[in-house]
Amino acid sequence: MTAVMPPPASACPACSAAPAAEALAAAQEPSEAHIILSLPTIHCAACMSAVESALMKSDTVRSARVNLTMKRVSIEANPDLTAADVIPLVEAAGYEAHELDSTALSATQTDRAGRELLMRLAVAGFASMNVMLLSVAVWSGAEGPTRDMFHWISAAIVLPSVAFAAQPFFKNAWTALKAGHLNMDVPISLAILLALVTSLWETSLSGEHAYFDAAIALTFFLLTGRYLDHRTRSVARSAAEELAALEVPRAWRVTEDGEEQINVAELQVGDLIRVRPGGRMPVDGEIADGTSELDRSLLTGETLPVFAEPGLSVSAGEVNLTGPLTIRATAVGRDTSLHRMADLVSIAESGRSRYTSLADKAAKLYAPGVHILSALAFVGWYLYSGDLRVALNIAAAVLIITCPCALGLAVPAVTTAASGRLFKRGLLIKDATALERLAQIDTVVFDKTGTLTAGTPEVTNIDDFTRRDLEITLALASGSSHPLSQSLTAAIQGAGIGAAEVSEIQEVPGHGTQGRWNGQLVRLGRAAWVDGPSLALTSTCLRVGDGPVQAFTFTDRLRDGAEEAVRALQEAGHKVILMSGDTTPAVEALANRLGIEQWLAEALPQDKAARIQALTDQGAKVLMVGDGLNDTAALTAAHASISPASALDAARVASDIVLLGGELDPIPEAITTAQKATRRIRENFTIATWYNIIAVPLAIAGLCSPLIAALAMSSSSLTVSLNALRLR
Amino acid sequence: MNVLTYLIPISLVLGCVGLGFFVFTLRSNQYDDPEGDAQRILSGDYDDKPKG
Repeated sequence: MTAVMPPPASACPACSAAPAAEALAAAQEPSEAHIILSLPTIHCAACMSAVESALMKSDTVRSARVNLTMKRVSIEANPDLTAADVIPLVEAAGYEAHELDSTALSATQTDRAGRELLMRLAVAGFASMNVMLLSVAVWSGAEGPTRDMFHWISAAIVLPSVAFAAQPFFKNAWTALKAGHLNMDVPISLAILLALVTSLWETSLSGEHAYFDAAIALTFFLLTGRYLDHRTRSVARSAAEELAALEVPRAWRVTEDGEEQINVAELQVGDLIRVRPGGRMPVDGEIADGTSELDRSLLTGETLPVFAEPGLSVSAGEVNLTGPLTIRATAVGRDTSLHRMADLVSIAESGRSRYTSLADKAAKLYAPGVHILSALAFVGWYLYSGDLRVALNIAAAVLIITCPCALGLAVPAVTTAASGRLFKRGLLIKDATALERLAQIDTVVFDKTGTLTAGTPEVTNIDDFTRRDLEITLALASGSSHPLSQSLTAAIQGAGIGAAEVSEIQEVPGHGTQGRWNGQLVRLGRAAWVDGPSLALTSTCLRVGDGPVQAFTFTDRLRDGAEEAVRALQEAGHKVILMSGDTTPAVEALANRLGIEQWLAEALPQDKAARIQALTDQGAKVLMVGDGLNDTAALTAAHASISPASALDAARVASDIVLLGGELDPIPEAITTAQKATRRIRENFTIATWYNIIAVPLAIAGLCSPLIAALAMSSSSLTVSLNALRLR
Repeated sequence: MNVLTYLIPISLVLGCVGLGFFVFTLRSNQYDDPEGDAQRILSGDYDDKPKG
C-alpha cells in the first residue's frame, strides 16, 4: 500500500503523518477492542466497584474503568468482544447499560483546549498570588531600593506569566484587528501590554507606581471567565455527543453467504439490507422483498402507518413495523433524504437574522469608548504637564480601571450557573446565546407527533365492542409486535378480559393477523385487508367470519407533562400554536384536548418554516418545539428551538436546546430561568458600569494608585460572580 | 531587612513547587473524573491480583 503511494506533494508534516497514523491504527486494531458503555443509573462507590468487578470476572475483558462524572465505563477487551457481549454482564449486576459509538466520542476524550486554559489559569493564579504579596509590602510603605527590588521581582514573575497565560487574548485581539474590527480582547490586550510597558519604564526610573499586580490579576480574572465559558460549552458538547453516540449506526447487509452486520457508513448503492421489525431504515432505498407497514411520523408527522410492499421506495429514518423487509439501497450517506433536508435547513439559516448577544452589544459600545477615553486622558495630560511619563502612566491607569474584568465574567458566570441549573432539570443548552434568545420569546409553536404526543397509540373506542369481540381481538393481537396490537393487548388486558380460544393464528406482514375461532375466519388488520372502509384516523379493523367490519380507533398518547406545559405557557401569557404534518381530524382533536386555539394541519416542512417566518415578520419571537425531520427547517427558522432527546439526530443538531428527559414540563421553567439569567446579566453590566463610573474620574484625575486599581478590579469581579451564583 | 534575601527566594520556590505539582496532576488525568475519584476512596475492595 505504502509502496504505490506517491510521495506527498506538500511539506506539511500532518499530511504525511495522517496516513502513517492510519496505518498504525490499522495495525493495532486487531489486538484490542475498546468499548464504551453509558451507565445512566450509577451514582456511588458501590455501583462503581460492582460494575467493574462484574466486568473483570470475564476472562476476555482486560480492564474496565468507570467514570462516575460522565457515567460511563470504558472497557479494554480482546478484539473479538463486542458491546453486545458485555452489556448482559453489566445488566446482570443490576445496572442499565447502553452502547456508545466510540468514534463519535473521540473528540471529548482529550479536551485539549480546556486543559490548556486550565494550565494558563493556574500559571496566572500562581503569579498573581505571589505578586500580590510583594505588592502588599509596597502598598504598606516600602521605599527606595526595597521598593525597586520588589518591583523588579514582580516584573520577573509577571512578564513570563503574562507571555504564557494571556496568549488567548493576544491571539483573539490580533485576529480581530487584522479583520479590521474591535472586540473585547483588543482593550484587554492593550491594557495588559500598556500596563507592563509603563510599569517597566517606571521601575527602571525607580518610580512609585507599578501595575504589574494589576496586569496579572486582570489576566487571572479574565481567564476565569473564559474557563467557565469553555466548561459550560464542553459539558453541553459532550452530552450532545453522547446522545449522538447512543445511536450506533449499524445495518445488516445481505450477501451471498448470509447476513453480516456492518457500519452504515460502509453501505453502498445497490447493497441489499435487511431491516427487522422495529428497525429504522439506515439509507434510502426500494423494497426488494417482504411486506410490512412503515411508520413515517418522524419524516412527515403523519401517524397513520403506510402499507409497504416490494417496489415501494423508502427513506432513511422510517421505521419498519411488522414484517422483515429487504431493501435495495438507492442513496447512501450524504445523498439520503435525511441529508437532503439539510438544504432546507441552510435556506432557513440564511433567513435567520444573526442574533447579537448582550455581551457583543456591550463590547460594541465599550471597546471604542475605552480607547477614546484613555487616548483623551493621555493627550490631555501631555498637553497640560508636557511630561510623557506622567501622561502614559495615567493612560495606563485609565485602561486598567476600565478594563472589562467584570464584563468578561458577567456573562460566563451567569450562563454557567443557569445552564447548570437547567441541566439538573433535564435541559441541555447547546448554544451560547440560547438562554438570551429563550428569554425573549412570546410565541411557542409545538409539533404534534413525537413532541406533544409520545408516539405510542392509545385505543379510544374499546367500549363500543362486545366482550366476545374483545376476547377474539386479544387472542389475535397478543401475538403481534405491531404498536397498535401491543396497545390493544394492554388496553384489553387492563379491562380484565381474557383471550378467546383462537387457533391457527398467523401474522400476515403488512396486513394484520388472522386465525380461526369456532370454525370461522377472524381477522384483525388494515381496513383494505378485511374489506372495510378506510378511516382518516389511525385505526385497525376486526372482522369475525362474514360479520360486519368493526374499527378500533386510536389516538396518540400525550407525552408526560404536555398538558401542564401548555397550560403553564398559556398562563405565562405566551401564544401557543400547534403545527403538524398529520391529518386535520387528528390535529384538531389534540388541539381541543389541550386547549390550543391556533393550529395548522397537513403542513409540509416548507409550510412550517414559512409560517414561522411569517410570525417572525409580524414581530413575534417564536420558540419552536419539535422532533421530526419535517421540523428541522422550522427549528432553524425560529428565534429559539427545543427538541426532545428522542428526536432524530438532524433535528437535535438544528435545535438550541435538547430535552433530556421524556417530559415536557421543564419548558416553562426553562423560559423563566432564562429570563432570570438575562436579568442577572444586565444587573452585572450595571454593577460593572457603576464601578467604572466611580473609578474612572479618579484615574483620569491622576489620583488612582495601583492599590485602588487592585481593589476596584477584585471587588467588581467578586460582586459580579456572587450575583451570578444567586441563580443556582 | 536582610532576611528578605532568604524569604523571597523561599516563597518563590514554594510557589513553583505548588505550580509544578498542579501541572503534574493535570498531566496525569486527575481532573477527568472528580466525582468518581472522590467516591473511590470509600470503596473497600483491594486489588490483590491485578490482571497481567
